Amino acid sequence: MTALHDAPAITPPDEDLRTLRRGRRSPRDSARSVFKHIGLIILSIVMVYPLIWLVVSSLKPNDEIFTDLSIFSGNLTLDNYVYGWTSQQLPFSVFLGNSTLLVIGAIIGNLVSCSLAAYAFARLRFWGRNAYFAIMLGTIMLPFHVVLVPQFVIFRELGWLETFLPLIVPKFLALDAFFIFLMVQFIRGLPKEIFEAARIDGAGHARIFGQVTLPLMVPALATTAIFTFIWTWGDFFGPLIYLRTRENFPVSVALKGFVDAQSSSNYGAMFAMSVVSLIPLFLAFLLGQRYLVKGIATTGIK
Amino acid sequence: MSSIGELRKIARRPRGTAGAASKSAYPDNKAGYLFLAPWLIGLVVFTIGPMLASLFLAFTDYNLLQPPEWSGLDNVARMMGDARLWNSLRVTLVYVLVSVPLQLALALAVAVLLDRGMRGLAFYRSVFYLPSLLGGSVAIAILWRQVFGKEGIVNGFLAWFGIEGPGWISHPDYALATIIILHVWTFGSPMVIFLAGLRQIPEMYYEAAQVDGAGRVRRFFSITFPLLTPIIFFNLVLQIIFAFQSFTQAYIVSGGTGGPSDSTMFFTLYLYKQAFTELNMGYASAMAWFLLVIIAGFTAFNFWLSKYWVFYDD
Repeated sequence: MTALHDAPAITPPDEDLRTLRRGRRSPRDSARSVFKHIGLIILSIVMVYPLIWLVVSSLKPNDEIFTDLSIFSGNLTLDNYVYGWTSQQLPFSVFLGNSTLLVIGAIIGNLVSCSLAAYAFARLRFWGRNAYFAIMLGTIMLPFHVVLVPQFVIFRELGWLETFLPLIVPKFLALDAFFIFLMVQFIRGLPKEIFEAARIDGAGHARIFGQVTLPLMVPALATTAIFTFIWTWGDFFGPLIYLRTRENFPVSVALKGFVDAQSSSNYGAMFAMSVVSLIPLFLAFLLGQRYLVKGIATTGIK
Repeated sequence: MSSIGELRKIARRPRGTAGAASKSAYPDNKAGYLFLAPWLIGLVVFTIGPMLASLFLAFTDYNLLQPPEWSGLDNVARMMGDARLWNSLRVTLVYVLVSVPLQLALALAVAVLLDRGMRGLAFYRSVFYLPSLLGGSVAIAILWRQVFGKEGIVNGFLAWFGIEGPGWISHPDYALATIIILHVWTFGSPMVIFLAGLRQIPEMYYEAAQVDGAGRVRRFFSITFPLLTPIIFFNLVLQIIFAFQSFTQAYIVSGGTGGPSDSTMFFTLYLYKQAFTELNMGYASAMAWFLLVIIAGFTAFNFWLSKYWVFYDD
């Protein structure tokens, strides 16, 4: 506790205590700290090197990509991007557009359906709630392969193959139960008094949900939106089975085309379009980091 | 905090006098079902209904074109004799049993290294977390094909030491290892969960232990690890369930073949091929239920084992 005497007059928040103690560390501690940082920096480099290599390689002429593995040398050019954009018979913008549509539909669906269900689970008392809640948690762990074939048959019977509906409609029916759970946890954390006050003022559940709960749960909604964005953008299996014609492909399936065409491998173009496909994910990561870290810490979603 | 903790609580809750409960115990019945309607419809139409249907299809011969034909236990018998299926199960088991513990151990080790309030914490956390966000994408799987290619980064690095690396992706002995490494590379998301868990441990425990003269190792095994076991357990259960279902990486890295020599033919990849390439929808349904049984078995075993090592404070 003596460390507190060195502290400035303001009361330090709890998590700063260790930093403060660091202020008077022994030489042995500093040596340990230096080693730790060296280790962590090496690990950081190992972790991001493949990503940086991808970006740099996408900017190199095809014949130079594998001749040297350094990320600092070589002539840089945008040729791969120009060529890659059109090398899949349709311009890459078509696939980007498809992915965007899928993402928007999925985000709206998840936000609407999961918040409704979460409000019911967290705030309403109705018959069978606990049983439903247990079932909901169970569906999170259920491998989707068990419903794969019948779902495919349903969508085929509905004439929805080659449309985005099989990939969007389930979101409007809260099939991503993870987000229900995340929102339930969040609503339970809100002070009960707010809801009681609204009740006393005569507000019905629709009002309490729309005007009290939703505005308060913006962080949970943002987390849901960002994770839905990232997962939908990266989803490969769904589009692979429901979309077979090129003009419907999202980015993930379009990228597969570069792997299929092994005979005429144009690595530069493949890397360039890979980078293009990662940019939206990277932006979501930068903008939503705060929510991502919180969301993942609460529920363990990836 | 965790969904598994929730399930435990529900299971433990004493079965009260539910039958005798008066109507006023459920004042929000109408609103409740109204708000829950989308989820309930989804549950019936896209989960429970399809589960029953797939259970039925598992005992039929069905190719999408003709109506399903009852075949009794033929699919089960066929699974028994299907060497490719057993191989795919072996590949998947190796993947799950190696990659999940490795990933979690690394996540825990790095999380413990990243003290709260240390310099650069936010930076390290971002750098380690980024790969787990991107790791599931096709682009990263494509990148992996090159990283471990004959002329890829890994072999380039080995060449510095005069070692001539194999074509990792194209060699049946190594191809699966590259996908395991890809999985370990995404240790960032469990790491973030561990970091959150570490924050919950009161600082005074460590201070008291330090006063008592406990060293770093002792403090880890006497305080950190026991208090973190519920979170480790939570991660372990979920990561195993998810790892059994991995698909994209194996598909892309092997160019959709599961090769070389079926060495990356994951169970899910074989199931996909049976369903959508061979149109053996009945057989694929039987496989799906087999997968469910295996995953449920692993999860149940995990819960049973948890009695001996997971420490609950409550």
